[in-house]
This record gives sequence, C-alpha cells and structure tokens, in this order.
Amino acid sequence: MSGYATQIAAILIVNIVAAYAAYMPLACGQLNLGTAGFMAIGGYASAVLSAHGLGLLVSILGGAAAATVAGLLVSIPVLRARGIYLTIATLAFSEVIAAILLNVDSLGGASGLVVNDHIGVGPMLVAMTIVLIVVAWFSRTRFGLCLTAVRNDGRGTAVFGVSVRRVEVSALTIGAGFAGVAGAIYAHQFNYLEAQHFNVLLSTYAVLFALLGGLQTPLGPLIGALVFTLVPELLRSTDQWRYVGFGVCIILLMLLRPEGLLTRQLIHRLPRWKTA
Amino acid sequence: MKHEPVGVRFMLLQQVTNGLLLGGIYALVALSFSLTIGILNFLNFSIPALFMLGGVVSCALLAKGFGIGLAVLVALVVTGFVSLVIERFTFRWLKNSDSHIPLVSSLGFLILFENLVLIYFGSDAVGYPSPFGGASVRVEHMLISLPRLASFAISLVLIVACYLVITRTKLGRGLRSIAESSIVSEMLGVDVGRTVSGMYLISGLLAGMGGVLFGISYLQVSWDMGSEVALKGISAMVLGGMGNIWGALLGALIIAVVEVLTISYVSSEAVNVVVYSVLLVLILVMPNGLLGDRAILVERM
Repeated sequence: MSGYATQIAAILIVNIVAAYAAYMPLACGQLNLGTAGFMAIGGYASAVLSAHGLGLLVSILGGAAAATVAGLLVSIPVLRARGIYLTIATLAFSEVIAAILLNVDSLGGASGLVVNDHIGVGPMLVAMTIVLIVVAWFSRTRFGLCLTAVRNDGRGTAVFGVSVRRVEVSALTIGAGFAGVAGAIYAHQFNYLEAQHFNVLLSTYAVLFALLGGLQTPLGPLIGALVFTLVPELLRSTDQWRYVGFGVCIILLMLLRPEGLLTRQLIHRLPRWKTA
Repeated sequence: MKHEPVGVRFMLLQQVTNGLLLGGIYALVALSFSLTIGILNFLNFSIPALFMLGGVVSCALLAKGFGIGLAVLVALVVTGFVSLVIERFTFRWLKNSDSHIPLVSSLGFLILFENLVLIYFGSDAVGYPSPFGGASVRVEHMLISLPRLASFAISLVLIVACYLVITRTKLGRGLRSIAESSIVSEMLGVDVGRTVSGMYLISGLLAGMGGVLFGISYLQVSWDMGSEVALKGISAMVLGGMGNIWGALLGALIIAVVEVLTISYVSSEAVNVVVYSVLLVLILVMPNGLLGDRAILVERM
C-alpha cells in the first residue's frame, strides 16, 4: 500500500472504532459527547505504558482498561443526569480531560507527546475486527435486546424488570472501553499525541458516524464511518467545499432518513430485490 | 495595568470589571441556548454558527464602507432568516422523531456555515473595522472600554426585553404552554408552528447580536469564534439553571469573571480546566443550577 492509502486506512479504522464507542451508549438512547475524552485517556495511558517498556499489546489493552475504568467511574454519577444533562456532562468531562492533559508537563503539555511503539495497519485491522465481533455478539444477547428496549421505551423496559440503570452504565462503560482502543491505536499509529486533538469536534464526528450510519443494526456505525470518511477523501480536490457538502449531507439525511443509512427495513428489502 | 503603582486591589477590580463586561455577551449566547432547551428540550448546536454569522456579516459590511447601523441591521436580518431556515430543518419538518435528530441536524448547520465562512474569509482572524475603535474612559484607576460597556448595556436591555416577551405577550404565553406540553397547547388553540418560529427568531437574533457585540468589543472575528463562546454559554446556562432567563445572565457573569480571573492570576491554559470542572461538578451535584431550571417558563402558567 502506498503511504497515502495507509494513512487513509489508519484514519478510517480509528474512525470506525470511535463510531462504535459512540454507538454503544446511543444504542440505549444516551447521547455521549465525551468520546474524545475517553480516547485521550486510552491514548495517553497506552503511550505511558509503552514508554515504561511494556509491549504493544499490553499497552493497548492497558489503555483500553484505563478508559473502561474511567467510563465506569464517570457513568455512575453522570447517569444520574438524563437526556440533555447527560450530553452536557459528558461534553464537560471530555473538555476537563483535554484541558488537564494540556496542563500536565510530564505528558508533553501543549507541545505534545511522542509515542514509542509503532502499530501497522494490519494489527489495527485486527483490533477493529475484535471490536466489531464484540458488538455483533452483544446484539445477539439479552443485553443487546435490553439496549434496544431501553432506547425505545425506558420506562416500559423497567416495568418488565430490567434494571435500566445497569444497562445504561454498562453501555456507557463498554463504549468508553472502545474509545480507549481507538485512542490507543491512534497513538501508536501516528506516534504522536496532542491534547488539542481530542476536542468536541472529534466526539461530534464519532456520534455523527454512528447516527448517520444508523442505530438499528450493529453494522450501521461501520457504514457511517466508511461513507463519511472515504467520500470526503475522494472529494479532496474540492478542498473546503467537501465540508460544506458534509454539512448539507447531514441535514438532508436527518430529514429524509432519520434512522440512518442502514435500517432494518433496508436489510429486509435487500433479498427481495435479488429474487425479483 | 500591572506596572502602575495602584495596588493589587485595583487590578482585581479591573479584572472583575473586564469579566462582567465579557459576561454580557456570554449571557446573550446562554439565553439563546436556554430558550430552545427550556421550550423544546433541544440543545441547538447551530447557535454558535448564528453568533459567528452576526459577527462576520457585520464585519464584511463595515469593511465595504457601510455605516454601523446598516451593517448591524443586515447582520441581524441574515441571522434571523438563517435561524428560521434552521427551524424548518430541526423542528417543523422533523416532527415525531427521535430526540437526537434535531441536535444532529443543528450540528450539520454548524459545520455548513463555519466552512462557508472559512471559504470566503480564510482561516485567520479578521480585524473588525469598528467605527468606535478601542475608546475607553478612566474611572478612578480603572480603564473601562466604552464599546464593551455599551455592549454590556445592550445585552442587559435585550435580556430584559426577552423576559418581557416571554412573560407579558401572547407569543410568550404560547411558548410557556409549549414548554409545558406541546400537544395540550396545540389542542387549546396555540399555533405551535408559528410560536416556535417566533422562538427561533428570538434565539437567532440574540445569538447574532451577541456576535455583533463581540466584534465591536474585542475588534476581531473569525470563522470559529462561535464554538469557544458557545461552550462558555452552555456552561453559563447550566450554572444558572437551564431554561431560566435570569439564570443565564447570572451564570454568564460568574463564568466570565472566573475566566478572566483565572487568566490573570493562574494562566490562560488553566481556564478550561477551571470552567469545565465547575460545569461538570455542578451538573452532577445540582443539575437544576443556581436559580432552578425552566422555572420562569413553566411556573407562571
């Protein structure tokens, strides 16, 4: 693969994993705008571990674990807040993490942190596949069913004896873990971390990928991240206009296909087209 | 100021004044957010774009040699019109959909307008050719910028006007009933579409005026001027209580003073740590804010 193709593939993989990080809480109806914060925790934790001489795999797992723990610690108090409050709380959390990292000189501060170990696109693909398999497996379990049920009708689900709070905490925590993986592979691919990179825009894009792809199926975020990473890249010659196009796409898509690109209905209709 | 032998007390007083004057602009943005949250329970991410449009459009007209009055008027017409277009895409044509959808649409508008302005204006901050410049007066030992003082006064007037519209007019009564329940108010004869349009118009004009005043006060506009101010505005709104008009003002003044004091006594990098930690703790410990949320909108029904 050429340098350019490798770069695009790496960005795409990070975006896909980040999209799943945003997807997990969204699947049970919570809008988490803190994905960037959890990615930062994963990235920096993994960088510190590998700087202490640990192997690549252990570092990445450590980064994911750090983000998961952070997710659990955050979700328990944060989930007392609901709806719009939850969104703002996660946003604030993410900003606090980025702002703290910017001020800690031992982690590079404003000048950034150089990361040791390098990860190729191959192992990144493996990490992404594992995330995908985990999500696909969840969607077939009782937990996956609970996620959808809570998203559609939280109170109704509670009536059937499901602990809504436990489902929500788990979803946010698992999502944070995925964000940790995304941050860690990002750190080792680009070998450089900058606190400013982990801003609201990054969280926003992760959420957009998941919502534009669609929440109804576990493949939605993959499609969303794929389309909305590659299409702007193909339109690169048009420079800034591609972002204008991106904005227009978002608005029109929300108007015409509010359930996202890939819906269950679409999947049901696919075989019929083939036979017809 | 630091080199003048006026003592620590005057420097503190000067910084607090600077903070309060900045707070007026934050208050307009906070109120703009607060209205859509209080009434539709919708976090409107296109508000930073409207704020930016207000500043950039008036700046472009001033640079072309038009008078300040005309420039502000056109800027407000543009932001008001854009806000009504956004209303179509985030409310009117989207009824009965998932609550995330309008938020995502408004993000689409933010990305759209920021990049349109980026194409025409470039990525660098542009000097705002204000006819008032940086005029200032000296009160005791403090230096007070006149444009900022005037902006603060205009902000206060607009907030009071907004309060009167919400509490005293037919539009306001309609809005408060929609905040309570959109379905019931429609049954009781409130024209929900027009009333909500009115709210978008008010919220767009507040944000646009905020952008104009920001340009006049700080003599600089850029394509991304909205985002940073919007985050402060959201913090201010939560601090004061979401959907509460006076809460937006109080929260904005506190956030702005804290910001200015942190910059001058700690460091400019520490600002975000302090402001967002305060926001995070508040939303966890007292999510209703200092003055209670949605109080003014719903209480007087």
